[in-house]
Amino acid sequence: MVISALTRKLFRDIVQMRGQFLTIALVVACGVGAYISTVGTFRAIDRAKDRFYEEHRFADVWAPLERAPRSIRGRIEAVDGVHTVETRIVTHATLPMPGLPEPASATVVSVPASGEPALGTLFVREGRLPDPTRPREVVVSEPFAKAHGLRAGRSRIKAVIEGELLELDVVGLALSPEHVFTLSAAIMMPDDRRYGVLWMSEPALAAASRMEGAFNDVALRLQPGASPEAVVHELDRMLVPWGGRGAYARKDQPSHRAVEGELAQLQGFSTAIPVIFLGVAAFLLNVVLSRVVELQRRTIAVLRALGYRGAEVALHFLELVVIVVLVGAAIGVPIGWWVGDQWTRMYQPYFRFPAFAFELDARTIGTAVAASLAASLVGALRVVRAVSRLAPAEAMSPPAPPVFGSTLAERVGVLRLMSASARMVARETLRRPARLLLSSFGIALAMAVVIVGSFQFDAIDGLMDMQFGMMMREDLSITLRRPVTANELSAMRTLPGVRRAEGSRTVGVRFRAGSHTRTGALTGQMPDADLRRVVEWPGRFVPLDREGIAVSRKLAEVLELSVGDTVDVEALEGAHPRKPLRIVRLVDDLGGLAAYAPLETVAAFMDETPVVSSIYLSVDPKDELALDARLRAMRNVAGVGKRADLIDAFRTQTAESMALFTRIITAFAAVIAIGIVYNNARVALSTRAHELASLRVLGFTRGEVSAILLGELALQVALAIPVGFPLGKFFAVAMMSTVDPEQYRFPLVVSTATYAFSASVVVVAAVVSALIVRRRVDHLDLIGVLKTRE
Amino acid sequence: MAEPVLEARGLTKVYTMGEVEVRALAGVDFFLYPAELVVLLGASGSGKSTLLNVLGGLDTPTTGRVTYRDHVLSEADEGELTRYRREHVGFVFQFYNLVPSLTARENVQLVTDIAEDPMRAEDALALVGLGDRVDHFPAQLSGGEQQRVAIARAIAKRPDVLLCDEPTGALDCATGQLVLSVLAKVNEELGTTTAVITHNVPIAAMADRVVVLSNGLVKSDTRNEARRRPEDISW
Ligand SMILES: Nc1ncnc2c1ncn2[C@@H]1O[C@H](COP(=O)(O)OP(=O)(O)O)[C@@H](O)[C@H]1O
Ligand SMILES: [Mg+2]
Repeated sequence: MVISALTRKLFRDIVQMRGQFLTIALVVACGVGAYISTVGTFRAIDRAKDRFYEEHRFADVWAPLERAPRSIRGRIEAVDGVHTVETRIVTHATLPMPGLPEPASATVVSVPASGEPALGTLFVREGRLPDPTRPREVVVSEPFAKAHGLRAGRSRIKAVIEGELLELDVVGLALSPEHVFTLSAAIMMPDDRRYGVLWMSEPALAAASRMEGAFNDVALRLQPGASPEAVVHELDRMLVPWGGRGAYARKDQPSHRAVEGELAQLQGFSTAIPVIFLGVAAFLLNVVLSRVVELQRRTIAVLRALGYRGAEVALHFLELVVIVVLVGAAIGVPIGWWVGDQWTRMYQPYFRFPAFAFELDARTIGTAVAASLAASLVGALRVVRAVSRLAPAEAMSPPAPPVFGSTLAERVGVLRLMSASARMVARETLRRPARLLLSSFGIALAMAVVIVGSFQFDAIDGLMDMQFGMMMREDLSITLRRPVTANELSAMRTLPGVRRAEGSRTVGVRFRAGSHTRTGALTGQMPDADLRRVVEWPGRFVPLDREGIAVSRKLAEVLELSVGDTVDVEALEGAHPRKPLRIVRLVDDLGGLAAYAPLETVAAFMDETPVVSSIYLSVDPKDELALDARLRAMRNVAGVGKRADLIDAFRTQTAESMALFTRIITAFAAVIAIGIVYNNARVALSTRAHELASLRVLGFTRGEVSAILLGELALQVALAIPVGFPLGKFFAVAMMSTVDPEQYRFPLVVSTATYAFSASVVVVAAVVSALIVRRRVDHLDLIGVLKTRE
Repeated sequence: MAEPVLEARGLTKVYTMGEVEVRALAGVDFFLYPAELVVLLGASGSGKSTLLNVLGGLDTPTTGRVTYRDHVLSEADEGELTRYRREHVGFVFQFYNLVPSLTARENVQLVTDIAEDPMRAEDALALVGLGDRVDHFPAQLSGGEQQRVAIARAIAKRPDVLLCDEPTGALDCATGQLVLSVLAKVNEELGTTTAVITHNVPIAAMADRVVVLSNGLVKSDTRNEARRRPEDISW
């Protein structure tokens, strides 16, 4: 193929402006990469979810309860809108594992004797389902099995169910759509070593948990179009006699909710981040192309005089844009693929889907490239249109010298105070205020991106201080199966190693006000509580008042209530008392929808003598292990938690998941900052090469000349920093707004350190760019520059 | 006399710059006949370039009629003017206007890429005496050489009309002679109708016909008895 002369010119132009070309291509690459990685990760999770839910018949509604005879199953099936009903037994187990100093805990779920459950079927990864004729067989959740090296058909585990030690043969490893995201409630994160799910055949589990002929959990699939809310409401009403604990729909299923929350965030990212990068790329292409066209006015005119059509010449410049985008895409696709793959891997320990891999399809790439092309063409359009409209004869004369002297600063007379060279900078800069402001805005965007990538660390210290320094000060926490009285709590204090024991009462409740209904917890606190107290952000103890309840501010908001109002509270256990309670205070707590009151107030509400459902112990470290084992052996103990484990897990999980994200985002932001500063510097240099060389000829030093050129860049960065801070905060708020506030309310903190870091990223990028351009100033070809004519 | 190739009647061109009106052409009649070489003389600002730009389809007159053979250029739109320039006109400018990032050959190829039945770029360069400099970039060529590349670029399409605006304006006398003799040679050998603008009166001696412009009007239009060779003219 013969390469046309115009194409050769194109490639020579690209080689000549390779620095600018490359930096812009990199900005495009970041946009493409960000898009591909976020969309691919989103799809990976979304598809894995849909497939898993579909193939394994994920339920629509669940209803936990105390105990109901299997005979009522028909009545549940008769509820309007219900399609399929699966009743089962769900209970807790403690598992003394060889690798752990203290036992792990597990949720145990029954599998029908007939084999597959009708809803929430298991994905058996290894081995098989338990044989109903062999009561000692168990299937273990795969992550837990992996964490402990358990193999189907080869391993045996010990489990304490309802106070009885069972030896169980592991016959299978499985995943379930109900446990895609298994989180330890205390750290809101998965902990595969200490928490697992077991599945046992129904007859075996019924025997172990004394639930023969009964069930304590039901999963439902609804008929198409049926309202989950209506079914939840009906089930609640119907299950009261059997100790219904509050039915809930999919949107409140913890595992599903976590997956959806993450998907919402990814979706936010997949639009916001590429938009920032493509916007910057469009701006840079506009700035650089304007300059290229300015420099090539004569060439354009000649081409037109030689008979090239306006469209042909315009196309020539558009090709430059297209090549920048294609090179950017060629760099961005592998980057996006790599980042997406890393990102997906980061999710793998959280989301337990059968198959879950980053997917990159041609359509995603196509969309990314098309969006980049569109953005870049928008950036280039005005310039290129001007090219095609440039009248050939008009362009034959050199551009008229720009008109100076009309700016505001000029009129005010500020410039008179400056040296001649400073005046040069000021005039040139003020002559193009739009470019200056857009450049500064672009740099501010880069800072904002850094802040978004880093601020999540900022809340963590405060969060840890509050969570572990003020709220959870016990060494061990005990979840009881049945509440105990003050007397029984006192007995705890006599156990060896216990220094202090206190308790709290937590009741699952439903809050109602007007048309609003929410499910949450009512917690009663002992008057002299010290190990566990109600704490609110940013680290304040919340005093409680017998006269009423203190509620999460968010709860009051969604119920549209305020201090002094009463809320209709229904307990979801015991005799299901339902009474109005007065709100006496709002609490800025960090998660869930909760109400807090003194222990007696809760007891009065429940029509019971004061009891506690959780116990907190401060213990002597040397006795801790023995005590832990002893506690778990108690029949009434459902689980024992160790504060130290929580702190550990919290630290490693957050550090791991956030560090990679932060590094990638910071690198991306640096690309923007360098792209803007470098390109502006190059354009400024090219615009003023003649002037600067003249100054050198007049005897200015290289340093003085560089200062004139780089002064403008310094001004851009200086203007950007005060904008970047609030912009970053704004982005952080936007990002956090994708988190469901009824579930988590992470405090939005951006530390001085993060602000400083974001500013230093752009300053370093600016300095690096300035140094590169300065080298060119030092090598200004004095004779050459003065000789060239524009 | 044969039909003129280019014919302009009653041309005016008025530039409006805010309040001020500049009359660059004030009613010019001008003809170019096949194969002739015309020199356009006139003081700076007399309207020479404006006339040439209008004749070459780079610009349109304010009033008046320009025809190229049977095409009315003064009524043509931008697309038709582009086609006219592309197919029929060659331009040579005072400042050469070569594309700096292309070699001599590639600058000529800019034209051969889009022309119908062009010369080979190498042949065009050989014709202007630069057969051995085809791979040099403009920066590696002297002013006279650059101008000869520009001529090669203008003639490579075998234009019907060659329009040269002060081709020697930026050159010393000896180099200018060389450039003008290339133009004379092209006019003789290829029979290309040629118009050359200059403000150097002696150069008029190389022409078949001399037209003098003054204040946007044709002051005189005279035919030379004989053409002198550029080598024999000095200024
Ligand atoms: N684009 C323009 N805008 C305004 N005035 C112009 C423009 N081009 C030429 N002129 C004016 O028209 C007159 C003729 O110019 P021109 O044809 O370039 O003269 P010449 O080539 O003979 O020196 C001059 O007074 C010049 O200032
Ligand atoms: Mg002129």
